[in-house]
This record gives sequence, structure tokens and C-alpha cells, in this order.
Amino acid sequence: MFFRLVYESFRRQKRRKALAGIAITLGVAVATAMIAVATDVGDKISRELRSYGANLLVTPQDDTLDLQIDGVDLKPPSDGTYLNEADLPKIRGTFWHHNIVGFAPILPVNVEAAGKNLTLLGTYFSKKLAFGKEDFTTGVRITHPWWKVQGAWPDDESQDVLLGEALAAKLGTKPGDQIQIGGQQHRVAGVLSTGGAEDGEIVASLGLAQQILGKPGAVRRLYVSALTKPEDALARRDPKTMNSELFDRWYCSPYVQSIAYQLQEAIPHSHAEQIRQVAQNEGTVLSRIKGLMLLVTFAALLASALAVSAAMATAIFERRNEVGLMKALGAGDASVAALFFVEAMLLALIGGVIGFAGGAVLARQIGRSIFDSQITVDPVLLPVILALAVIVTFAGSALAIRRAVKFDPVYALRGEG
Amino acid sequence: MSSAPTRRADAPHTSMFLRMLMRAAVLRRGRAASALLAMIVAAGVATAMLNLYVDVQAKLRKEFRNYGANVVVVGKNGTALRADALSKINSRLGGHGLAVPFAYVVARTTDGQSVVVSGTDFEQVRKLDSWWSVSGWPQNSKEALVGTRAASVVSAQGKPFDLSFQGRTIHLNPAGTLSTGAAEDSRIYIPLSEFEHWTGLQPSTIEVAASGAPQEVDAAIRNLAAALPEAEVRPVRQIMEGEARVLGKTRATLLAAAFLIILTSALCVLSTLMGWVLDRRRDFAIMKALGASERLVSGFFAAEAAALGAIGAVLGFGIGVGVAAWIGRVNFHAAVVPRFNVLPWILLGSIGVALISAALPMSLLRRVQPAVILRGE
Repeated sequence: MFFRLVYESFRRQKRRKALAGIAITLGVAVATAMIAVATDVGDKISRELRSYGANLLVTPQDDTLDLQIDGVDLKPPSDGTYLNEADLPKIRGTFWHHNIVGFAPILPVNVEAAGKNLTLLGTYFSKKLAFGKEDFTTGVRITHPWWKVQGAWPDDESQDVLLGEALAAKLGTKPGDQIQIGGQQHRVAGVLSTGGAEDGEIVASLGLAQQILGKPGAVRRLYVSALTKPEDALARRDPKTMNSELFDRWYCSPYVQSIAYQLQEAIPHSHAEQIRQVAQNEGTVLSRIKGLMLLVTFAALLASALAVSAAMATAIFERRNEVGLMKALGAGDASVAALFFVEAMLLALIGGVIGFAGGAVLARQIGRSIFDSQITVDPVLLPVILALAVIVTFAGSALAIRRAVKFDPVYALRGEG
Repeated sequence: MSSAPTRRADAPHTSMFLRMLMRAAVLRRGRAASALLAMIVAAGVATAMLNLYVDVQAKLRKEFRNYGANVVVVGKNGTALRADALSKINSRLGGHGLAVPFAYVVARTTDGQSVVVSGTDFEQVRKLDSWWSVSGWPQNSKEALVGTRAASVVSAQGKPFDLSFQGRTIHLNPAGTLSTGAAEDSRIYIPLSEFEHWTGLQPSTIEVAASGAPQEVDAAIRNLAAALPEAEVRPVRQIMEGEARVLGKTRATLLAAAFLIILTSALCVLSTLMGWVLDRRRDFAIMKALGASERLVSGFFAAEAAALGAIGAVLGFGIGVGVAAWIGRVNFHAAVVPRFNVLPWILLGSIGVALISAALPMSLLRRVQPAVILRGE
């Protein structure tokens, strides 16, 4: 009889159930989407922050001092030591290789081009490399996203070059023209604009720079762009002073310091250092945005809970007459309350499942339209969300059910609500 | 029943209308209060979200200024800037930013190694480049800030050292070491006045952190370029583009969140108000039975809903501003300034939602004969 009552109530009072059902579905969908976005936003923003460029710099261990002024390298190219290009793919073998978005080697050489003494930077544009069975692409197009080229990016295997904007303007060169570099003709694939010292330089493939320098495999410095975790007290500790357990925890956290440590391990005779301008600020910006989204998610959960409660209260309030009838026919307070609670639970479960699916779609849409990447909802969240939905629905109904049960059936049946 | 009671004078009609509105609110305190509460919460949440959405930009920009200079002023073709360049820049910025001069030379250590020495204003650098990790800032004129890599070359144990430039020697005490992970690590920084006295050279670079939106920074760049025709003023694209990107994405996420939250709050209001109106179907029936026209009854309920929406919006606005300020304090350590230009939108939205919420059950009730309602079915 009890189940028949529940069944009939769902079959016959579709409109009344509809409002509460919609409220629960929407509430759960919003809660699911917001939780998914809030948990993922750190990762997404962290990726966006990579547009500030590399946060790690790898240099040869016993290098002479840099002589850089305003980004122009004054160091004689014969000076100092080099990293070995053949070691670079080993970066993909480090513990946090999934967090390494890209890297770009730099080799500056002095050349005589178009009758002037100029700097030529050798680098990877978008080079295909292999480590073990894994193929990957890396270069300045990933690590220096603010570099803009008018014309085309040269191929990494070609002899084509890019001319800095200021230099191209001075020489009157356009993309497609030829330029004389060290006695050889090279095609200018494009004009590069960076807003930095590169605007007055020539940029070419690493191979070409090594050929001009006469040192195959030489790399002066290496920029690495990695996704990192904001720094905390553990991150700042010196790994030499840690015990083995603490060291493992430090090593297995994607701090910029531990990634630098692992880069040093991977590349022989190297020194890796965080670029503090990028790395330090990343942490603050990231924690601010994450904190903001967390608070906003709380607001969303609160709004959803209120909407569900309000809808349930209204749905039950509307059914006073029924309560009156049931009580007049001899139903006890407990069985009436039980009926409502079972109904509420069914609504919460059905609405919860639909809402969860809807929330997953919503989160995906937000991810795709804002971050151009997926935000996936962990299925583990489903039981948590369902439990929350049931609790909120119960809490929202409780007061209304109490009032409905306490209501005198005589008034209810006479229609004096 | 559809013709309005035109024979009545206007004044008593209005006063009766108002009286009914007032009595309805007073007699059904519980229901009215819960409807009002829903309205306040919804308006409050909407206000907080809109305030945050508007203000988060300014708050995050302040964080982004920690990335340092977004504009660089250099002499054209590597020449030094004029002596009055810094004061000109400072007057053009008018407090909306920070300008720090840098002068560079390549000097030699006693054992003949080349090292870049820079003269600057330490007070300003501390503010501009907050990411510099410094063990001790120079206090006196003969003290230097030595980059970690330069330190191993010039003064391994923190001993005083000599540097020479074009035959002139300077004796310096290292006050502390500097670590940035970039070119600064290989340099030695000394006070600008000392640098000028030693080398006779003027600053060649002024790094500027201009605050404000991209348009304001662009305006500042044009402004500076006009003031300093002999210098090259260029934006630091790395900083400007990164900022624009991250800010854009954050705002878009916040907007999506605000939309969802406002939608759920509106639904909360909708269900509460629907309950309120349905609850009063007997009033509705009695009014109709006593000869009120459909328009009058609809008007009555609409006015009630609108009043509720307006009161809820104003109270909710106050609460929402408080919530936004609290979030600002907790997360950004600076209060979010209330935006009063949001108020009309909240007011409009609240009244709109309230009217829709009232209209839905009204259309249901309109179909029912008053007698049926009064009989209690």
C-alpha cells in the first residue's frame, strides 16, 4: 500500500513533482559543474600562466659569468662551456616529465650579416624529438608564446632564418627575401616580433647556429617551461638537509625546486635554476585564483541547497489536503512523514543522477569554451553528490513535512490552508 | 467580471489596494518572510558575484604587477637617456606606476674577469622586482648587491673587492647576495649615485611598471613616447600578454559561475514565490467572487511580487556587498569596493524574476472557477 501511494503520487502529480525535480536537477548540475571547475581551475590557470614563458633556466655547471645587458649577450662565443644537445631529450625521462610543457635551447653566436656585426640565436622552433618510444614536439613556439612571426616560422631542418622586427625594418627586408650571413645566402622566412632584444637579432635553427660556431651539439642555455605547484615551506628547504622520507616527498612534488633538481640529474654538468620572476609570481596568482574559485563554489553550493529546499517546501506545502485526507482515514504522523521522506529521497536520487550528468556536460562545455581543454568530472564524485542531494532535500523538506503533519485534518479538508 | 469598476473614484481605490498589500504581508508573516528571505539571498548572491566579477580584474592586476616592469624605456641605438628622463617619466605617470633607472657597464675584476655592473635605485627596485631573493640590501653608498654567480667570482667569502672601469677603480663591500635565476645573478648592483660618480655614465634603461587596464598602459606608453622623443618606449610583451590571457580566462570562468549561481538563486525565488501565490488561492477566489476584475487581481499579485522583489533587492544588495568585501579581504587582503551601478540591474532582475514567479501560478489559478477554490478542492 505504501509503495502504491508513492507510485501513484509520482504518476499523478507530475506538475507538482516537476518543480521540485527541476530544482534538484539544476541544483545538483550547478554544484557538480562548479566543484569540477574549482578542482580543475588550478591546473587550467597554471597552464595559462605558462604563457609568461619558461620558469626554469638550465646553464652549464661551470660557466663563466653572463655578460648580458638589456638582453644583448656581450659574452664572446668562444667563452664558457656548453650543454650537449644530445642530452636534451632526457628531460622526458625525469619523474615530472608530464609537467614539462616544453623546452627551448638557445645558442647565441656572433655573425656578420648584411655588412653588420649581429647576434644570431640558434634555437628549436617546433622541433620533433624522440625519447625512447615517445615522440614529442618542443621549441620556442611553446616556451615563448608571445613571439609573433609575420610570414612563416622556418622549419627546424631548413637553413631559413627569422629577422627581428627592428633589424628587418633597418635593413628593409621582407619575408621571402634573401640575407647574406657569414658569406652564405639564407632565405628570410619571416619577421619576428618579441618586444625584447630578439627584435634586433637573427633567429635560426639550432643546427645552423652550431654550424656557424663550428661546435656541433653545443647549447648555451636551455629554457624549460614546467607546470608547478605553488611553493610552500617544504619546497624552500635544502634537499641536502632532509631525511630520506621527507626527501621522497619533496622529490615527488612538482615544486619548481624539485623539477630543477631533476633537470640537473637528467642533464650532465648542468645547473638548473628557477626564473624567480616567473616562478614566484605564478604561485601567488595561482593561489589567489584558486581561493576565489573555492569561495565562489561555496556560494554556488549554498544557492543550490537553498533552491532545492525552497522547491521541496513548496511542493509539500501544496499537498496539505492530501495529508488531511490520509490522516482522516487513520494514517499516523509517522507513516505520513515516511511517505514524504521516501518521495523526497526518490526525487533527490533521480534528480541527482540527471543533474550529475548535466553538470558533467556543463563542466565540459565551460572547459572547452574557456580553456580549450576538457574538464572531466570524476565518477567518484557521484556518490558524494547524491548523498549531498539527499541530505539537502531532506533538510529542505523536514520543516515543511513537520508543518504538514501537525496540521489539523479538519481545516485541511475544509480547505482553509 | 472583466470590466473594471470605473465608477469608483481613484483615491479610495488606491488606498484600498495599498491596504490589501500591507495586510497581506502582515497577516501571512511566515510565508511572506520566507519569500522575502529567498529574494534577499538571491539578490545578495547576485550582487556579490557581479561585484566580484567587476572588481576581480583590479584585484588580480595588482597581483600581476608583481611580475615587474611592463614597459621599458631605453635610449635609441644604445645611447644613454637624458638626465631629466626619469623625472619626466615620473611626472607623466602621475603616481600610477613605478619607474626605476638602470645603468650598465662591463667592468673588470682584479684578476681580469669581465662582470656587468649596474647602478640603480635600491628603494625602487625592492618595490618593482619583488621576486628578487636578497640576503641583505645595501644601506651605505659603498655597499653592493652581488648576484649569486658573480659572488663566486668577485668575493667568494663575502670579502670587500675592487672593480675597475676605464682605469678607474672602486672599492666595494658586499652587503648581500641576489638570486633571481636569470641574468641578474651574474651582475653586481651598486647605488646609482655611486655608479655615476665612478663611471660618469647616465642610466641607459628605465623600467616602468604602469598600472591599470591594457588601454591605460597603452595610453601611458604613447604618453611616455611623446614626452621622450629621443628614447624608445616599448611594452614588455611577455608580461602584458600573459596578464591579458590569465585575466581573461579567470573572468570568463567567474562569469560562467556567476551565471549558474544567479540561475539557481532565481529558481529558488521562483519556487518560493510560486508557493506563496498558490497558498493564497483563497484570497484570489474571494477577490474574484466579490467582483474584482481579472486585471485588478493580476495587478494586485504583480504589485505584491514587485514590492517583494524591490525590498529583497535592496536588502540583498547590502548583504551581497558585505559578502563581496569579505571575499576580497579573505582572498586578496583588500576589500572589494561596492559598485553602486550594479544596484539598478539587481533591482530590475529581482523584480523581473518576482513578476515571472507570480505570473506562473496566476495563469494556473485563472483557469479555475472561484467556487471550486473556495470549496477547497
